[in-house]
Amino acid sequence: MSLLEVRGLQVHFPIKRGIVLERTVGAVRAVDGVDLAVERGRTLGIVGESGCGKSTLGRAILQLEPVTAGTVAFDGEDLARLKPTAMRAMRRRMQMVFQDPLASLDPRQSVASVLSEPLRTHGEKGPYDKRVRELLDLVGLPSSAASRYPHEFSGGQRQRVGIARAIALSPELIVADEPVSALDVSIQAQVVNLLEELQERLSLTYLVIAHDLAVVRHISDDIAVMYLGTIVEVAPSEDLYARPLHPYTIALLSAIPIPDPEVEDRRERVLLRGDLPSAADPPSGCRFHTRCPYRQPTRCDDEVPVLRTPEGFPGQAVACHWAEQVASGQLRPASSPVVATAPDG
Amino acid sequence: MSLTAGADLAAGSADSGATGEQAAGLYRDAFRRLRRSPTAIVGAALVALFVFVAVFAPLLAPYSPTAVDLTDIRPGVFPGPSAEHPLGLDQLGRDELSRIIYGARYSLLIGIVSLSLGAVVGLALGLLAGAFGGWVDGLVMRLVDIMLAVPSLLLAIGVAALLGPRLLSVMIAIAVVNVPIFARLLRGSMLAQRRSDYALAARSLGVTRGRIVLQHVFPNSLAPVIVQGTLALATAIIEAAGLAFLGLGSADPAIPEWGRMLAETNAFLASAPLLALWPGLAIVLSVMGFYLLGEALREALDPKLRR
Amino acid sequence: MSGDAGVAVVDEVPGLVDGTPLLKVRDLTVTFSSRNRTTVRAVDGVSLDVAPGSTVGIVGESGSGKSVTSLAALGLLGRRGVEVGGSVEFDGADLLHMPEDELRAVRGREIAMIFQDPMSSLNPVLTVGRQITEILERHRDLKGNEARDRAAELLQSVGIGDSLRRLRSYPHQLSGGMRQRVMIAMALACSPRLLIADEPTTALDVTISAQILELLRLLVAETQTALVLITHDLGVVAGMCDTVHVMYSGRIVESAPRRALFAEPQHPYTTGLLASVPRMDQPRGNPLLPIPGSPSDTLPWSQGCAFAPRCTRRVPESVGCPPPLLHVGSRAGRHLVRCVNPVPSP
Repeated sequence: MSLLEVRGLQVHFPIKRGIVLERTVGAVRAVDGVDLAVERGRTLGIVGESGCGKSTLGRAILQLEPVTAGTVAFDGEDLARLKPTAMRAMRRRMQMVFQDPLASLDPRQSVASVLSEPLRTHGEKGPYDKRVRELLDLVGLPSSAASRYPHEFSGGQRQRVGIARAIALSPELIVADEPVSALDVSIQAQVVNLLEELQERLSLTYLVIAHDLAVVRHISDDIAVMYLGTIVEVAPSEDLYARPLHPYTIALLSAIPIPDPEVEDRRERVLLRGDLPSAADPPSGCRFHTRCPYRQPTRCDDEVPVLRTPEGFPGQAVACHWAEQVASGQLRPASSPVVATAPDG
Repeated sequence: MSLTAGADLAAGSADSGATGEQAAGLYRDAFRRLRRSPTAIVGAALVALFVFVAVFAPLLAPYSPTAVDLTDIRPGVFPGPSAEHPLGLDQLGRDELSRIIYGARYSLLIGIVSLSLGAVVGLALGLLAGAFGGWVDGLVMRLVDIMLAVPSLLLAIGVAALLGPRLLSVMIAIAVVNVPIFARLLRGSMLAQRRSDYALAARSLGVTRGRIVLQHVFPNSLAPVIVQGTLALATAIIEAAGLAFLGLGSADPAIPEWGRMLAETNAFLASAPLLALWPGLAIVLSVMGFYLLGEALREALDPKLRR
Repeated sequence: MSGDAGVAVVDEVPGLVDGTPLLKVRDLTVTFSSRNRTTVRAVDGVSLDVAPGSTVGIVGESGSGKSVTSLAALGLLGRRGVEVGGSVEFDGADLLHMPEDELRAVRGREIAMIFQDPMSSLNPVLTVGRQITEILERHRDLKGNEARDRAAELLQSVGIGDSLRRLRSYPHQLSGGMRQRVMIAMALACSPRLLIADEPTTALDVTISAQILELLRLLVAETQTALVLITHDLGVVAGMCDTVHVMYSGRIVESAPRRALFAEPQHPYTTGLLASVPRMDQPRGNPLLPIPGSPSDTLPWSQGCAFAPRCTRRVPESVGCPPPLLHVGSRAGRHLVRCVNPVPSP
């Protein structure tokens, strides 16, 4: 049994108008029918661009956003059916790491207080000094950090404090939402390595949410690519770069700059036209069809593609009607629409 | 294990064993910044002077504020500053300096009582709205909007008419004006803090809603309230003076209230302009003191400056 | 704070081009001083050349001085508490000592800048069209319909369709990518000879960022505009720039033509950056080798190499006197490195 199993998850935020008499005039479909599963001890990466619903998905899994429909089962238990007290008790088994390490720490709390809060909350008896020192050591901070306040640390150190808080209760699952994107480039690797080390030592299961595909691929066993509230492709990390199947994944991969001029000069770019459509009014059929360079006159506009394993690609799943034809090269991307002409004099 | 990320910390503070809660870093930091701000120093000096004068008025004042010296007084003649009366005598032959000094007591009293009253009620309403949100928030805020919609002067006249022209009615009138300001401020601040990542982090730890509000959201929402409190003292002094000037203050002519003193000298402005200057100056300096201190506090507590 | 310990160290000039460079920066130094008399040297002796039609990359992390360099060169830092030394020549004219109104004319007409956050550089209460035509009226003497048509043409040229309608939009009605395109259109309104782009894609999503970079690439190729690209992303530089300067703590630590820099990086900071980012095109199992410490753990350059506290190749000579920026191999290779113990070529 998977540690985490999500079925048909939907999170819709109502759009309200009016001051005195509020009425709902529509809904932002932030997450709109997501299925996924994470096995114990593995890491699932979720990538997508801003507005694709990946952060909302992470929070909804932890029951921190109101779920509109669908189920989240943790270790076989349907979280939505748990009573509030039972859910709170369940929280010790599933924790979260945040993007902005400064914003996620109460500025008035010392590190010792931050790290003892989860212990206190779950009824562990004090004094907590020993456990606090242990946690600081686990994340590579000196025990003198305990008496300090968040603003006295550098960004990387703050993220270590955030991670220490997340592991304080020895959880099984950690949802990390953009754990390194707020950090300087030279610091990101420190935190990525720390997360990997901790996974091994504490046998953690990770759900890593990020926009940086290279970082996600490095840390994850499998990757799910999200677009406008739905998952468009799931693949083992090894295979994703070698053979992306969904046109969006292809475009995403080709857009990532690679620090090697030899590779950069040879690359074929698949550029997308336009911007992300509104999640309040997603396109009909395949949600990607308005920007897809491989769009076909049939099916794309009116038939919703389901996540399926295409022939010849076991282990991968893709939500595209034409995945086989795209993969075989039978369909070619439409040419780049980025620029019409350069302005003259 | 791991890297040398914290190496620079290891060299620092020796009090590594201290795991209990300490004075919050935010305020310690703000205090450090305040001490370096010239605005804060000038403001604090003026406020300190004001409070000092108010508290030790009986020791500082050369005469009683109601004692009348009729030796030099004739209708239409106002003896100016002299050795016995540094600021001269007023129209009834009372020592102006002593009245100004005692006046500080009334300004401070009105300021503090009306502020505390207004703040307590306002913060309670704000806390209610900010902590519960939803329909509680809607109800409280509509109530506050109604209070805001009534002009403060009208309110003061109403209160004065109801309770009679007494010091208490002035205090209540000013307090009522302060209620919606504090309620809205705290509520807005709390709603912003409730949406913060650290509040979400606390929820993800399983901390109950009540504890999140009381331990995290409320204390972190107080910084703007402290600033507003300082500024509200300044406005309370002006409002009290204004109400007294309009004759809505205490009816007792013996009370040396600055605004009232200003109003009473109105008729003699041409012959004795200095009598209007002294209470005016006292109001300006005390208001400026609280105002400068409030501004400096606002700057010192600004979280953006701390990064 | 001043005086490099009395040791005369002459730096080579990186990116020295044959012929006349369009922009010539020599020994640029920027010092910020605050009220309580602490001074920070944000840029420390930076020299570089930008040739017409070339793309020059300046790479560094926050606090490396990469943005301050360009702002100081264009006189955009203000005067209070800022001290700018050295020289900046644009097409032979001295920008640092030019009167403010002349400088403003050069900035509007010949040099344009685009920034990371287009929202803060656009006026929120004016339509996009008004903001573009204003530039055209001021610098190009175009009026009325003429200006409007030209503005529409500019929007079209940066890939904004339905441009006549878009002219009537306010900045908040546009997406981030669209706003950055508008910024580029405004920058191009006067056909500048030099475009400085400071983290132009950092705030954008990767697919939008790819569109913007492609747009800049085409512009340089078709209009011979010189481009200075300031970024923290080595990947962006690898695909865009002719010459790359890597900055650390206010100084250039390595400078080379693009291919040489990536094929044979010599400074431990450059190699450190390259080893600490995961690469999409390489097997997943490669471990990341982070740079220890944080960018704030620096040494003042006057006391040696600023990177020494974090450097794995630190030797006793790293500390003491500041390492000079010297050629690696022949001068023609234009590869310079500021390190007493550079990384050997693979």
